[in-house]
Amino acid sequence: MNKNDENTEKIARLRQIATNVRLRDMEMIYQARLGHIGGDFSATDILVTLYFEVLKIDPKNPTAPDRDRFILSKGHCAGALYTTLAFAGFFPESELATFAQPLSNLNGHPNRNKVPGVETNTGPLGHGLPVAVGTALASQLTGLNYRVFVITGDGELQEGSNWEAAMSASHYKLDNLTVIVDRNRLQQGAGTEQTNGLDPLDEKWRAFGWSVREIDGHDYNTLLDIFAQVPFEPGKPNCIIANTHKGQGVSFMQDNVAWHHKVPNAAEYAAALKELSAQNGATPLELPKIEVKVGV
Amino acid sequence: MTQLFDCRDAFNEKLLELAHLDTRIVTVVNDSVGSSKLTQFRAEFANRLINVGIAEQNMVGVGAGLANGGLIPFVCGASPFLTGRALEQIKADVAYSNTNVKLCGMSSGMAYGELGPTHHSIEDLAWLRAIANMTIIVPADPVETSQAVAAAASITGPMFLRISRVGVPVVHPADYKFEIGKAARLREGRDITLIANGVLVHKALEAAEQLASEGIEARVLNMATVKPLDEEAVLAAAAETGAIVTVEEHTIYGGLGSAVAEVVVTHQPVPMRILGVPGVFAPTGSAEWLLDHFGLNAAGIYNAARELVKPTK
Repeated sequence: MNKNDENTEKIARLRQIATNVRLRDMEMIYQARLGHIGGDFSATDILVTLYFEVLKIDPKNPTAPDRDRFILSKGHCAGALYTTLAFAGFFPESELATFAQPLSNLNGHPNRNKVPGVETNTGPLGHGLPVAVGTALASQLTGLNYRVFVITGDGELQEGSNWEAAMSASHYKLDNLTVIVDRNRLQQGAGTEQTNGLDPLDEKWRAFGWSVREIDGHDYNTLLDIFAQVPFEPGKPNCIIANTHKGQGVSFMQDNVAWHHKVPNAAEYAAALKELSAQNGATPLELPKIEVKVGV
Repeated sequence: MTQLFDCRDAFNEKLLELAHLDTRIVTVVNDSVGSSKLTQFRAEFANRLINVGIAEQNMVGVGAGLANGGLIPFVCGASPFLTGRALEQIKADVAYSNTNVKLCGMSSGMAYGELGPTHHSIEDLAWLRAIANMTIIVPADPVETSQAVAAAASITGPMFLRISRVGVPVVHPADYKFEIGKAARLREGRDITLIANGVLVHKALEAAEQLASEGIEARVLNMATVKPLDEEAVLAAAAETGAIVTVEEHTIYGGLGSAVAEVVVTHQPVPMRILGVPGVFAPTGSAEWLLDHFGLNAAGIYNAARELVKPTK
């Protein structure tokens, strides 16, 4: 098999996993009657690329000292993370059905003490990057030489703590640290640029001493290529601005601010299920154990 | 004249000693190398002192990250800024995430005197006590400070050490054994119990002397661990002495006095007086002047005790 074919096959597999992640995540949220579908779906392709092709991790040994670290700073997108972790083998897929149920390990925001693979408890915004800076520093101090990846939301960058951390990362020349900004341009209530504008975002990161690349966060060719290029420049932390669509994969959710934490009703669920199932030959999931009740 | 000690010196000496023995020990500061007395640490372990600059939220997050990487970070900053500015990081990244971070609130209480209430840290115990999974230690002298640092390094989990810069005499004997969660009984007595910690322990001992001269025998407890509280010692004090005065360099809301009262009122109600800063921002004054102003001295403790106990001779 030549390299092109190999890549084509790899990408087909990632696409299929991602579609299944979206399907399972949506099922979870539909059952729990809570979650953040919009942001989950914008980050899904990045998450799947990281967990299935980039991170050096062993789901059977999730606390190995030299593992690569991944931190989901936008902790409200726990649904996408849980589903990806389960698919990657960190815990049984059957546990996903407990999402948000009383005493479940799968809280609305991830807890490292309950969910294998979670590195730090997130939820309040602007927490992931400072922790990632410390973790990346520890890699250098201990000589373990692992890498640290963080997904932040774009709206989340309105939190000042991110910029404190951004300064530290370049000061300490943490080229083993990569932040991926899920640039879906929407936050809970409105567009980021209508709320507290972030543009020009690339220039901001560059001014803070980071090496910046801007990509399509749903294009697997580009995602694989860009992660293979890390570190972009020796001695500089890496920033990937991933242009994404909130609600990616479902036409009526896509780029629609209403789907930040809206839960689909039965008709919406059925329509979304149909759309997603038609993508990338994604049918292997035995999906709805749930009954789709009209009027939910 | 009794020799007075700045507990930051004992803190730094012990930390240096431990850092030589354990390469996992690192420090994180917010441009607070001098005020945390870490100049020598930096001289000996330049790459193990991480100075994030004036950025407390990042400082605490970085601490949690270093712990994730297997290190033992002592995160040192002036207590008002460490606890106030980074409270959510302390809650989420340290306590809730259960990371092995040692938060060291330096120059706590009203140690910054004339610099005013922005620089006073008289709310830190209340804020941190309200957070689950947090151990809180307020050492009274250099002997205890040194042992508290050693305990912090050897025990895995979140911890807050409150280290003052106000001079204090040694109140513990050389063979003192500090234990987390255990009150130290520094004076026996059956008429009343004085419970103090930090810079006010020696003043409670002084008050006890004064009370004794009038025939009132006061038990004195150094409650260095505010959380988890030594409930057994509190209940024994209530049952055996029938009255309690607490005294702390902190607001009366939510600190040591509140912690003691929560136990007493639930299990063994006895008359109490809670001495501290009475819910106001301090006026201008030096650290020592402010303690006197709020009656946080031997006379204030004596007076509170006398309200509860009549002399027997």
